[in-house]
Amino acid sequence: MDPLTWTGSLSPLNYVFSLVVVLLVAGVVVQMIASAVLTQANPSVNADGTISGSAGPLGVIGFGVKMLVLAVVAVVLLYLVLGVFMGAKAGIFGAMSRQLLPVWIALITIYAVSITYKRKLGLYGKLFDSTVGMIGFGLVMFWVVAGVMAGVFDMLMTHDTFSQVSGMKNKLPGIPLSAAEDGDFQWYLLGGDNLARDVFSRLFQGAWIVVYIAPMATLFAFMVGITLGLPAGYYGGRLDTVLSFLANLILAFPVILLFYLLVTPEIVATGIPNYMATVLFIFPVVFLAILLNSRYHTQPAVRTPLLVVVLGLVGWIYLMLISSDGTIVSTPTYSIPGLPEVLDLYDMDPSLLVVFVSVVFVNSPTVFRIVRGLALDIKTRDYVAAAQTRGEGPWYIMLWEILPNARGPLIVDFCLRIGYTTILLGTLGFFGLGLESESPDWGTTINSGRRLLALYPHVAMAPALALLTLVLGLNLLADGLREESLKD
Amino acid sequence: MGLFILRRLGVMLLTALCLTFIVFFLTNLYPNLEKLAKTQGNFRMSDAEVASYLEPRGYLDPMPVKFGRWLGVVPGWVTEGTDSDGNPRVTGRCFTTNTPDEERPTFCGVLQGDWGSSTVFKDEVSNIVSVRLAATGKLMGMVLLVMIPMALIVGVLAGMREGSKMDRSLSTFSIATTATPEYVSGVIFIAFLASSKNGISPWLVEMGWIDGKTLFLGSATKAVADASFWNFFLPVMTISLYGMGYIARMTRASMTEVMTAQYIRTARLKGVDFRDIVIKHALRNALIAPFTVIMLQVPWLLNGVVIVETLFNYKGFGWLLVQAAANNDIELLLAVSVVSVIVVLITQLISDIGYVFLNPRIRIS
Repeated sequence: MDPLTWTGSLSPLNYVFSLVVVLLVAGVVVQMIASAVLTQANPSVNADGTISGSAGPLGVIGFGVKMLVLAVVAVVLLYLVLGVFMGAKAGIFGAMSRQLLPVWIALITIYAVSITYKRKLGLYGKLFDSTVGMIGFGLVMFWVVAGVMAGVFDMLMTHDTFSQVSGMKNKLPGIPLSAAEDGDFQWYLLGGDNLARDVFSRLFQGAWIVVYIAPMATLFAFMVGITLGLPAGYYGGRLDTVLSFLANLILAFPVILLFYLLVTPEIVATGIPNYMATVLFIFPVVFLAILLNSRYHTQPAVRTPLLVVVLGLVGWIYLMLISSDGTIVSTPTYSIPGLPEVLDLYDMDPSLLVVFVSVVFVNSPTVFRIVRGLALDIKTRDYVAAAQTRGEGPWYIMLWEILPNARGPLIVDFCLRIGYTTILLGTLGFFGLGLESESPDWGTTINSGRRLLALYPHVAMAPALALLTLVLGLNLLADGLREESLKD
Repeated sequence: MGLFILRRLGVMLLTALCLTFIVFFLTNLYPNLEKLAKTQGNFRMSDAEVASYLEPRGYLDPMPVKFGRWLGVVPGWVTEGTDSDGNPRVTGRCFTTNTPDEERPTFCGVLQGDWGSSTVFKDEVSNIVSVRLAATGKLMGMVLLVMIPMALIVGVLAGMREGSKMDRSLSTFSIATTATPEYVSGVIFIAFLASSKNGISPWLVEMGWIDGKTLFLGSATKAVADASFWNFFLPVMTISLYGMGYIARMTRASMTEVMTAQYIRTARLKGVDFRDIVIKHALRNALIAPFTVIMLQVPWLLNGVVIVETLFNYKGFGWLLVQAAANNDIELLLAVSVVSVIVVLITQLISDIGYVFLNPRIRIS
């Protein structure tokens, strides 16, 4: 079997594609210069009160650039659509496009449903009014859908992520397997890494690790930051001084030094990460308890059963998260018993737990500072004064008056912070900290690929570009959300 | 103002003390000490041998005592033992065996100017740190020289006409740079610009446009002693790009805010040329906010420096941090963290003071 080229029998399309891209780049540069030099022609006022004016050179350039953008999009779509139908005949891109068919279907469904009902979907629906937001959302959803499909349903991947195939060490993209059986996928689409494993499959398996850790870690960091930041901003005084000092203390640490101190096998052996998990994971429980209690404490008939059910459930999840093998902390010398194994449905991989805890720990102080700042600002508003006059408790005001009014900046920051957490996870992998060396996550793969970068760039390039697109998507999404939420 | 700086210095000292204690605590946990003993002795040491290595060197004393010794407020350890021939031998933290009795100091710690010695590099910590810091200073200096003008130009150009095509393109560019961490852009740069087999270098060689094999060098090891455009460009660009986007976005935000101010509108209505408005009226006010941002960005650069120095094998301060942390070289790691904490806190202080100086509307009582 022949090795695949990048575009296979679609290669004539490459000339069109490069031509359009070059024109587009030139067009954008011309447009930027023109918008600085030229000015819009003065419009003339007509007798009937309307204003008319010629588009002028700027308008012509703008129209041209818009057409070129559409042309680039059309050619890319052509590659993808033809790829779905032609498969490997359309080269590596074609084969990948067909392999990712479930992702395309899911994305099209999500977009079709969202755009149809966008007026009923609040801020999420408004996202579809902004081009930037839509592009960002598309990039993010691509990786989310692909990660879930690869990690949970075992789809998309062409080969086992840990199995090594002889003769495929450091092979370039598109090289066929020498000993492939009939049922097997015939190629390593993105080549083989230095242990002869399939880069393509590992890329999507790694996407799952990022897609599931980064948002969860960010969520926990937000819970910690909100639960501590609101009282610090609202009460002020000594509480604020102490908490802010602690937050600044953590922020003054170079992140990488902190990682090197926390995420080593020696520290794991002392059980410190488990203690930190015990402390950090309790914040969501505390947050939910205060949230519900402050709202319903005037109606004990509702409050008590609600709290029992919710706290029972959340407490159970909490205990499941922090205990493994029936212990919370287990060191050679002593151990603290936790949830019995019968009730422990979910065991977090210890190396994953360390990574998770340290990422939450690094992120929380920044969230704390943001929430504190917002609380300081919002507590001077009239509706807070009104609530105080009504005699509402301080926690009710913080959680049901201040927090909902701070949601705009917090949602935007949440998106940005997921991107930042993704970068942090990559940093950990890049230094070989935390996760095992054969873990398929992007940072670890970049780390193992960078040694042979000058000769076999494909091993490190694939996860690098993946990480770049995901974080870029999150940034664009945040930008779109900010723009749309400001329009209110 | 004096009182303000004094109070800030007090907080700084307290923060530095707390942070070094945390580092000290974490590096002195028993599993870490065990690792230290095994890397210094041999990897097959039994538990008893590990203890007999650690005990005479004062590693097993209570944590506050050890921290006090490092600081120089508690007398250093002195152990009387016997050498291999059975002769009595006195070893101590503050002296070597052949120092005469009367010259042996009791205290030796940071307060006495003694930063200890590195177990990995077998040298005085202060020597190693100062050499590496100089190398990183060169890198950082270049980064600031490249990054700040680039970021300010991009930010001002984007912010002077909000919503224009120029603004859109430059804003997208700065978002893209903030979304590209150093280890991604570095990898892309090396693959495209510094590989003799891939990217544009083979093509350039074929055209006869470059002399060497590659356009840039993917390793900056030699740049410590002899930096040139060829071997220093990629590390500098890698750090600058990631740091640039954020400063550019802040500059843009500040510029757009200034451009909507009343006095700018007045100037425009008077018919002042747009270029004069931007350069003479808007620029100075728009640059106050970016100044603080640039200062606060320096600690972030430190992170980038660690990644880039590892990626490009540039033996500077960040490389030292990784070596010290990976080998649990306690005293070196402490010195490294003290230096980085001081850098962080001083930049915060400068940013506060500078903000007050630049902005006459703020007065600190």
